[in-house]
Parts: sequence; C-alpha cells; structure tokens
Amino acid sequence: MINVVNGPLVPLLLTLKVAVLATLIVLAFGVAWAYLFARKRFPGRDLLDAVFTLPLVLPPTVLGYYLLVVLGRRGWIGYWLEERLGLRLIFTWQGAVIAASLVAFPLVFKAARAALEGVDHHLENAARVLGATEVEVFFRVTLPLAWRGILAGTMLAFARAMGEFGATLMIAGSIPGKTQTISIAIYEAVQAGQDHLANFLVLLTSLVCVFVLVGSGKLLQRQH
Amino acid sequence: MGWHQVRKAYLAVLQSPLMRVRASQLLTDGSMIGTANRKQNYPSVRACGVLGLLLSAMALLVTSPAPGFGQELVVSAASSLTNAFRGMGGAFEAAHAGTKVVFNFAASDMLLRQIVEGAPVDLFASADQEAMDAASKEGAISPATRINFAANRLVVALPSDSRQPVRSLADLESIAVKRIAIGQPRTVPAGRYAKAALEAVKSWDALHRKFIYTQNVRQSLDYIARGEVDAGFVYGTDVRVMSEKVKIAFDVPTPQRILYPIAVTRRSAQPKLAREFIAFLQSKAGQRILEDSGFAQP
Repeated sequence: MINVVNGPLVPLLLTLKVAVLATLIVLAFGVAWAYLFARKRFPGRDLLDAVFTLPLVLPPTVLGYYLLVVLGRRGWIGYWLEERLGLRLIFTWQGAVIAASLVAFPLVFKAARAALEGVDHHLENAARVLGATEVEVFFRVTLPLAWRGILAGTMLAFARAMGEFGATLMIAGSIPGKTQTISIAIYEAVQAGQDHLANFLVLLTSLVCVFVLVGSGKLLQRQH
Repeated sequence: MGWHQVRKAYLAVLQSPLMRVRASQLLTDGSMIGTANRKQNYPSVRACGVLGLLLSAMALLVTSPAPGFGQELVVSAASSLTNAFRGMGGAFEAAHAGTKVVFNFAASDMLLRQIVEGAPVDLFASADQEAMDAASKEGAISPATRINFAANRLVVALPSDSRQPVRSLADLESIAVKRIAIGQPRTVPAGRYAKAALEAVKSWDALHRKFIYTQNVRQSLDYIARGEVDAGFVYGTDVRVMSEKVKIAFDVPTPQRILYPIAVTRRSAQPKLAREFIAFLQSKAGQRILEDSGFAQP
C-alpha cells in the first residue's frame, strides 16, 4: 500500500535536513544579532528590531513573495547570483532552507536577546578584570549563562522550520524528492484525496515532533 | 436584524468613554498618559470599552452573512476560468437583481475535495471530465444538471523575452530548457492533459526531471511570466491574461478534447438559481463572454 523506502520517508528526511540546517543558520545569526542588540546602541536599532520581528507577524505567503521577488531569476540578488556564480535558489532545497531560516529567525533572535540581556554585567566585567579577552568573555561567561534561553528559542525555531509551508511552497515549489517537504506532501496528499498517505504522513510528523520536543526538554533539564 | 445589531454595538464602542478619553488625550497632550484624575477613572472606563468590543464581536458572530441582501450563489470554478467567470458573474448579477455571485477559484480537484467535505457551494465547474466524474462518483453533484459549456486548448508557453527555439514537445528535451512548469497531475487538470499528451509521444520519462509541479494552472503561468521556468504547460486562454509577459510556443495535441463541465452540487441551497446560472452560461450573452476570454464552443 505505502512504499516506505522511497515513499513517505523521503519528504521526512528532506524536512529534517532542511530544518536542521535552517536551525543551525538561525542559531549563528540569531545569537550574533541578539548579542549586538543586547550590548550595543546604534542608529536604526529600533527599526532593525521591528524588521527582525517581521517574519513572526507577516503571513508566510508575504515572505514567500518577498523571497521570490528578491531571489528569483529577475530579482536583484537572484540575478546577481545566477550571472556571477551560476547559482539558483528558486526551486531548490537550498531555497527551502532560506525560507525556513527566515521564518524561524525571530524565535531565536528574541529568545537569545532576552537571555543575553539577563546576564549580569558584573560577571562579565569580573572576567575582563581577570584578563579575559572579549571573545573569551562571550564564550566562557555570557554564553554559558544565557544558554538555556537560547536553547529554548532554538527548539521553537526547529519546530517552526519543520512545519514551514507557505513560503517554502512559493519559492521551492513541490518537487518530489527534491523540495517536497513533509508539510507540502501532506497538503498534496489531502488535496488529491489520498487519505491513507495523508494519515501516515501526519502520524509520522506528529511522532517526530513529540520525540524532538521530549528529547530537547530532557536536554534542557540536564543543563539545569 | 443582524447588521443593525452590529452597527449599534460598533457605535456603542465608538461612543464609549474609553474612546473619548483616549481621543481627547491624544489631542491635548499627545500621549496616552492622562492626569492623575483621569487615571483614577481609567479602570471603569476601560471596562466599558472592553464590554463594547466584546458585544460587537458577539454580534458579528451570531449575525448570518448578508441577511436581506438577496440570494447568494457560490460557484467553485477551475483556476483557468477566473477572468471569464468574473465577467460572467457581473453579467449574471445585472440580469438577476438582488443576486450575488461569489466565486471560489482553485485547481479542480481541490474544489472537488472541498465540496466532498461539505463546503457550501452551489455550482462546480471543472477543467476536465475526470474531476467531474470523481464528483459524480462521490455523490457530490446532481448528474442530471451536468453539461459541457466551453472548450480550451493546451499550449506550451515561454517568457515573452525567451529566445529558445521551442516549437514541439521534442524541443523541450533540449538541455537549454532546464525547468518546465506543469500542474500537479494528481490535482490539476492542466497537468493531467499535459501528462497524457507527453505519454502519448513517450516524452514523459525524459522530461519529468525538469518539471516544477504547481498547485494550479495560474501558478504555472506566474512562474513563466517571472522567468523562473523556461517553459510551461498552460491553456491558450491563460496566455491572453498575461500577453505582455508570456508567449505561446506551440499548441499541444491532447489525446482528449479539453472540455469544461459544470454541474449543480447535491447540497446546493438554491438549485433553481444554480440552474439559471448554467442556462446563462449557455445563452448568447454567456457564450460571448467566454469567447472574449478565448474559450471555444464545446
């Protein structure tokens, strides 16, 4: 009935690949920006904060449209990438990673910013007095103290990236085996009246999500 | 009765002390922080406003849509009918005073799913017989009302600035053509027609790696217009909608004629009005609108 080997597992593995990569990207950028926001004042800070929060409030279709316009063959970044580097992001799984990163970014950024702002300055200053460089202060004092908050944001970001649908459908399309993530596969199965396949995929996704949430919850407790 | 309640509740909110206080504060000192005296009044004032908002929300919920607004006819139609049916709706409304035609455009099989799941739809117009056959089998339509009302042609379209020499299905196999937009054959009739045509000339297997599957034919059209794909399968009528950005490369010979059926749904609340809409489609005025959009007689 259902071919498990090259059937439903393909979109699941693709989704996990996209979500893991997107989470890693978002973790790096989110924490870096959050640190800048938590520690420095610079012109346009409030505006940038609003822009960074935008993916949380804008409908994914709006984000997908922005991505299509900017990264598309005739968009200014898309055109440059294709002319200079021969790269195309639209209709590729890399495009799906970008879509997932965009929607997940605010979750890490917000959580990391709150966590970093909560770190006691005195502890950082103490480290500096003791001769630590700025990089050492960040990695050996600030980050360990803010880690739990950042991890919570990262968990949410991963869940959001797993479930991403609208923007992904718009810029990555739905190419089976290449860009068809599990949420898109479910959507198509339901629309085509393939209820067996839809049921199976829905159960699979639910199980994976519960597993990930329980697992990361355990991880968080251990950090404590 | 409903709209009156909504209006009243809405006016109550507008006239509530909260709104007035806020407005006056904004006008006088430009901030939301009033004097100490005003602050003391604030909780009761706020309660008034919140109550008003809740009331209006409740009134909105219990109000049936558009009472006393005449009849509403809901038509679920294939994406390719979007422009023609919008014109048709206007003409039908003009001919039937007090009637409002509401359209729901999507890929035929998606509309079919919605109707089978119980969407309150009066008419179903699909882009191929397969979707309508499925609707018939699921008992979603009244088979006696089913009729073909228009014909179309399938084409391969290119972005209008494309310089690719694509003149036949065989040309699509050239390496210069990297991406081809095609409706997802499981749900989009345009994709099914294209698949059947490609299988008839045994090109499906050679081409299927290049396919970008879309959710409806208008999405294929959009991808071609944006130049995101090198070519795509759409209807002749679709190209007319975006004639500046998209051009026809060639007509695709389809094993089956492209005929659009329409039928009244089994659950229609107003089957009589729905049948009148079908009759209007077949009338001279209706056929003229379809012709103007590029559809042929069935």
